[in-house]
Amino acid sequence: MAERLLEVEDLQVSFATEDGVVRAVDGVTFTLDRGEVLAIVGESGSGKSVTSMTLMGLTRGPNARFAGSAKLKGKELLTASEEDLQHIRGAEIAMIFQDPISSLSPVHRIGDQIVEQIRAHDKKVSKGEAFDHAVELMERVGIPHARARARAFPHEFSGGMRQRAMIAMALSLSPSVLIADEPTTALDVTIQAQILAEVKTLKEHSDSGIIFVTHDLGVVADIADRVIVMYAGRVVEQGTLDEIFYDPQHPYTWGLLGSVTRMDRDPPKRLPSIPGLPPSLIRAPRGCHFRPRCPHEFERCAEVPPLEARVAEAPDHLDRCWLEVEDKRTRREIEGRIGLVRDAA
Amino acid sequence: MSEERNQGAAETQELREAARSLAGTGKPMLEAEHVQLYFPVKKGILVDRTIGHVHAVDDCSIALREGETLGIVGESGCGKSTFARCMVRLLEPTAGVIRFRGTDITHLGRRKLEPIHREAQLVFQDPVSSLNPRKRVGQIVGTPMKLHGVKGQNGVEDRVRELLGRVGLNPEHINRFPHEFSGGQRQRIGVARALAVDPRLIVLDEPVSALDVSIQAQVINLLDDLQDDFGLSYVFIAHDLSVVRHVSDRIGVMYLGKIVELSPAKELYTKPIHPYTQALLGAIPIPDPEENRARERVVVGGEPPNPVDPPTGCRFHTRCPHATDICKQVEPPLAEYPGGHLAACHHPQNVTEEEVTNAGRSPLSPLVAGGLLPNGKEVPVPQADTNGAGGGLAARLKRIAPG
Repeated sequence: MAERLLEVEDLQVSFATEDGVVRAVDGVTFTLDRGEVLAIVGESGSGKSVTSMTLMGLTRGPNARFAGSAKLKGKELLTASEEDLQHIRGAEIAMIFQDPISSLSPVHRIGDQIVEQIRAHDKKVSKGEAFDHAVELMERVGIPHARARARAFPHEFSGGMRQRAMIAMALSLSPSVLIADEPTTALDVTIQAQILAEVKTLKEHSDSGIIFVTHDLGVVADIADRVIVMYAGRVVEQGTLDEIFYDPQHPYTWGLLGSVTRMDRDPPKRLPSIPGLPPSLIRAPRGCHFRPRCPHEFERCAEVPPLEARVAEAPDHLDRCWLEVEDKRTRREIEGRIGLVRDAA
Repeated sequence: MSEERNQGAAETQELREAARSLAGTGKPMLEAEHVQLYFPVKKGILVDRTIGHVHAVDDCSIALREGETLGIVGESGCGKSTFARCMVRLLEPTAGVIRFRGTDITHLGRRKLEPIHREAQLVFQDPVSSLNPRKRVGQIVGTPMKLHGVKGQNGVEDRVRELLGRVGLNPEHINRFPHEFSGGQRQRIGVARALAVDPRLIVLDEPVSALDVSIQAQVINLLDDLQDDFGLSYVFIAHDLSVVRHVSDRIGVMYLGKIVELSPAKELYTKPIHPYTQALLGAIPIPDPEENRARERVVVGGEPPNPVDPPTGCRFHTRCPHATDICKQVEPPLAEYPGGHLAACHHPQNVTEEEVTNAGRSPLSPLVAGGLLPNGKEVPVPQADTNGAGGGLAARLKRIAPG
């Protein structure tokens, strides 16, 4: 059994704003083990980034309120002191952001930025040693002529190379948890494929746990072991990759899977879409947050459905929908969403 | 009731398919012949010296028929947006000819372009920066109508309300500002603005790239409906091949300023001929775990070269797994395969020997490309007349990029 790295229990994050309290994350529960890739999927505003940034202690501020718990190897992160967090960030949990140009310092050489990170956590490492290590890391993530390129500035790198540099930096202290927040969204498809291949090698050769935040279901299908689907601050469904794609339990997941355009199939006559817009997180609807957009809504939806296992044969497949499993399966078939049916072959 | 609606949808679909097959013989809406746009790269403090050119669009030809949707795909920097902006003359090409409904608009001045721009509109990728934050929706959608002298039956405001309703917005929101709308709604405002002047052609520059998937689907469906209702032609630019498959009748693939493949939409996915198209298709993960695992994927290494100094011969040869010596030396012309499928490659994939033998040189081929077809035959390259696109281009090419 792989070591449990993260245990998040009913995490709640809210921010006080002039317009009211934004409940950005409202009841997120998950675990992460060594060597697995957990994808967090959701649309903008679903709380996926806030969840991952909270683990790094990056959402703290005078207006932020936290509840629940998030433990890294048994140690509570939500109440950890800023000093403890400084040791954890980088060394225990590292993060790769979507936009590498704004997350790298434009006035420092790439290599020096990695050196700084290494030496910030361990003063005993000499500059020379740290630099050698930086070069080695850059080579590992596929940057050609790493020794020379380490002396370059971020603006001299292309988008794909910058993202590789970010990954090298994140790996510099061999963190046990790596959080990648939409790391390929800003990249071209051929470069995205290169970076995804890089992440897959990483998964095989290191024993970190990886949290991959994305809105792209194709990327999820390519890389994830387990999936969390978030909607309006809540986890609406979680399970293994195959459970989510082939036996999805929540109507929102159906909608997501259905509205994806696929290039390997004849296009459907009309693209299924989810009507309406996600709710405001200040005045979220009572009960199930998806209720106003859900075609299957009934009286009980006015109560918040708990996140629990409803599929008898899959105790780790959790969802937040009041409908009976068999009923859901029938409704799903009537809707005839694409992407849900396994090919006969 | 929903059954009825489904039936209705099926009928529209049939009609649309019929219309699309007719589009094959439809009148040309837009023709671009050997369009080239080089941007000068300047250097110097007092005196600007031109030290090179960005080869943004390099001898691209395309024809769009009435009612047709032409998809253009490629990675960032391949020139797809620049090419599309040339088509509607937001940019003036350095060479080539652009004809809009038979009229040569290549070098028209601002005044003379006005009526053209009424018929050819644009929708941009970023609905935040393409809408003026200080103007109300009514002004944003109404201004083009005033500029072009379009008056609704009951005045501009009524027409604006009608349009807002048509694109799925609440007509009551006519006095709101752009920031009061979500991303998908802002994109609908952009579409309403384009529709305001009754255009025949809309160039959509990555219209859904910035939107969430569920909202993407809504906007794509809207665009589909509008095309049927108003008989619009679309040029749809995207980097997302799955979105393009959904909307397009034909798709052109661009790489580093060149069209490398042009094909009926479906065939591009079932039978990609150019290795770059294959690489693009292979790079996209399929949202279906089993098919994703079953698929053999070729990850192409490297990055697109600098368009200031593009590689000789075939521009993809630096990254191509099939490249040989000939690819470095000779630029392949667009060869024509069955079904109107064009590809510019010395080592075409997914084609039978017979198809290669019978392939001819497409007239859409770049003029600078030789006449060497993948079957080894060398066909004469037609000398374009000096009045038209060709001669002018050849001469200009020499002047701009000697040797």
